[in-house]
Amino acid sequence: MSTEPRLLEVRKNVLKQNDMVARALRQRFRDAGTFVVSLVSSPGAGKTTFLEKTLTLLRPNHNVAALVGDLATDNDAARLARSQAPVKQITTGTLCHLEAAMVQNALEGWLTGKLDFLFIENVGNLVCPSSYDLGEDLRLVLMSTTEGEDKPLKYPTIFNSSDVAVITKIDLADAVEFDEATARANIQAVRPGMDVLKISAKSGAGMEEWLRFLAARQLRQGTTA
Amino acid sequence: MHELSIAMSIVDMAQEEAQQRGVHITAVHLSLGLLSGVVKDALLSSYDMACDGTPLAGSRLVINEVPVEVYCPSCRAPRTLSSVQWFCCPDCGTATSEVIHGKELEVTALEVEA
Repeated sequence: MSTEPRLLEVRKNVLKQNDMVARALRQRFRDAGTFVVSLVSSPGAGKTTFLEKTLTLLRPNHNVAALVGDLATDNDAARLARSQAPVKQITTGTLCHLEAAMVQNALEGWLTGKLDFLFIENVGNLVCPSSYDLGEDLRLVLMSTTEGEDKPLKYPTIFNSSDVAVITKIDLADAVEFDEATARANIQAVRPGMDVLKISAKSGAGMEEWLRFLAARQLRQGTTA
Repeated sequence: MHELSIAMSIVDMAQEEAQQRGVHITAVHLSLGLLSGVVKDALLSSYDMACDGTPLAGSRLVINEVPVEVYCPSCRAPRTLSSVQWFCCPDCGTATSEVIHGKELEVTALEVEA
């Protein structure tokens, strides 16, 4: 018996399990005519306020629901529930991101009717969520004017794994001397051609444009049944 | 910090392979793209923790970092980026976000003893 080490070639994607679940979710959402949007950002960039406003504006004409990932509290779920849309909390404990299986489990036996839009709010973190496909159709990365212009350069991977950048809290732009041109240049440096929206969930500025953008993407996907 | 759960997936995967083939693993080779969202040093220290108490205890994780390769529409050729903060062709400067390599997170080989 030889004890000489040998090299065995294998080719295995470490995230294969997550990717398989995500693929199945994507198919399931598509079959059900549900357009799925996930949101990532650093803590405090305004995901929850933006989402609460979005749910409130969409709810009169669409069936909408939200899943929200949080390390420990259900504060965000409580805030989102004010929109009257169905909201479910995914408590991740010490885990810094959502995985496809968590979304799958949360959906189990939850909603029965047809859903036009499902929003998934990830845990506030600009690093870990980038590796995990959740089966979403559109991934938004939010950055607030108060965080400065260089977030894209510091976290190129999350910007690269996202489809749209949303600049939030534009009502505070002047107060914090936010340089929009620099922010846009930084976004384009790490993800050329990326769509950029700017909004203030507080004043409502940019929200209509966002909803038009969302409707166009949903139409392009062909999930309007 | 999601490197520990990634490391545990690597260990599970390698262990399954070892059982199927009836071998003892001394090292796991991994391709790690610069856009994978996983930090090399954090993964290396997490790996030892993840191996603890498993048949892989004492094995090494050999990481092969994969640079970001994009397709340049002007040169009509693959090009390697010099920085992940600047997605444009290093030769002609054309902006491009078409990533060919750099997102890898893949076990590529196992060093084993029969």
